[in-house]
Amino acid sequence: MRVIDTATITATVAELCQKANYELGEDVLVAFKQALDTEISLTGKDILQQLLENARIAREEAVPMCQDTGFAVVFLEMGQEVAITGGDLYDAVNEGVRRGYLEGYLRKSIVDHPLLRRNTGDNTPAVIHTRIVPGDKLKIIVAPKGGGSENMSGLRMLKPAEGVEGVRKFVLEQVKAAGPNPCPPIVVGVGIGGTFEKAALLAKEALLRPLGQPSPDPEIARLEKELLEAINNLGIGPQGLGGRTTALAVHIEVFPCHIASLPVAVNINCHASRHKEAIL
Amino acid sequence: MPQIRLTTPLTDDVVEKLRIGQRVLLNGVLYTGRDAAHKKMVELLDRGEELPIPVKGQVIYYVGPSPAKPGRVIGSAGPTTSGRMDPYAPRLIALGLKGMIGKGKRSPEVIKAMKQYKAVYFAAVGGAAALLARAIKSCRVVAYPELGPEAIHELVVEDFPVIVVNDILGADLYEEGVKIYAGR
Repeated sequence: MRVIDTATITATVAELCQKANYELGEDVLVAFKQALDTEISLTGKDILQQLLENARIAREEAVPMCQDTGFAVVFLEMGQEVAITGGDLYDAVNEGVRRGYLEGYLRKSIVDHPLLRRNTGDNTPAVIHTRIVPGDKLKIIVAPKGGGSENMSGLRMLKPAEGVEGVRKFVLEQVKAAGPNPCPPIVVGVGIGGTFEKAALLAKEALLRPLGQPSPDPEIARLEKELLEAINNLGIGPQGLGGRTTALAVHIEVFPCHIASLPVAVNINCHASRHKEAIL
Repeated sequence: MPQIRLTTPLTDDVVEKLRIGQRVLLNGVLYTGRDAAHKKMVELLDRGEELPIPVKGQVIYYVGPSPAKPGRVIGSAGPTTSGRMDPYAPRLIALGLKGMIGKGKRSPEVIKAMKQYKAVYFAAVGGAAALLARAIKSCRVVAYPELGPEAIHELVVEDFPVIVVNDILGADLYEEGVKIYAGR
């Protein structure tokens, strides 16, 4: 067994919270630059330039790229040969979020109860997804998720007979209804299959894939490409003010499902497609 | 693209000339406010009490900034989704509010109030929060400090970049812009 101390986990999570909010990924910057070349709306081009400039300022000055520094969504991929010492693993993650947000001047956007709504003051708790995998490493991914784009996400239990057409229709409906609200250009994460909750998690995980990397399944990769074209044909454009760049990417993850079901979840991310990872 | 430089407070003759799609650089005072502050203001009005900020001719920016780093005026400060303020905005527009800055579509009621009382809605680039913060030269809390980032702040801005989305004619850039580029 390999031993990892909770103090290391806390320090790593704190650092990832800050880096994710300050440093937009190279894949997203490349996607902005490509969009600048293809965008035909002058307002759209101007917005893309502002986003590139914004990312540069955020990185150079170590300030958040967006004031909504998100719900801290944390993915743990824990090797089955790892033993955690020094306390509760989830407490350690939450302490990392607390420290990262307080020391990094990140906004605290979490309320303690969905109906009573008192701010917890330190952006905890995190939403933590854990997966046990072979090996003796611990992979930590922090993906701060903004409220504006999360609110535009949705899930539908389709009839299997609706098939790929039904999926296409639902994804397009969802993006169209979202319009300017999720801060386009967006990244569209789609989960198809599994159960109700599995589809939602697949959609979230789809957002973690680097932009520009298609699904390894050629059929799904083709669907991703078709959906991206169809979404960009909607004309929503940067910030929803009209243009050709509505989405930077569509990522689809699939999972086997019940003979009676065809769940489809759409998780929309804003252009601040943020996530950082570390392997301990 | 050409830009129009304006200084707040805004008057009817300035607001009347603004049209959707125009780029505007705002100067002077902006007041911040999100759902919680709007709810409190409308409750004051319901009780017949005075508002904590002047509304006539003013512009409200829908923003909840991130905390300021030491030595900075403000943290990152981009617009939030305006639709959450729709239930409250017509009351303030009727009292003479001339502009709102946010992101996302407004309700038919807000658009109607803008036409009736001559007000405009501007979009700032959502998520360009570090860039927009540079245009904010001073910031102080003027009401509801207990709301933290949702308190009402008085901002002084220089060349704060926005785009006219709804004008006094009832036009909507979110509708018109998308029509131009759909299916091309």
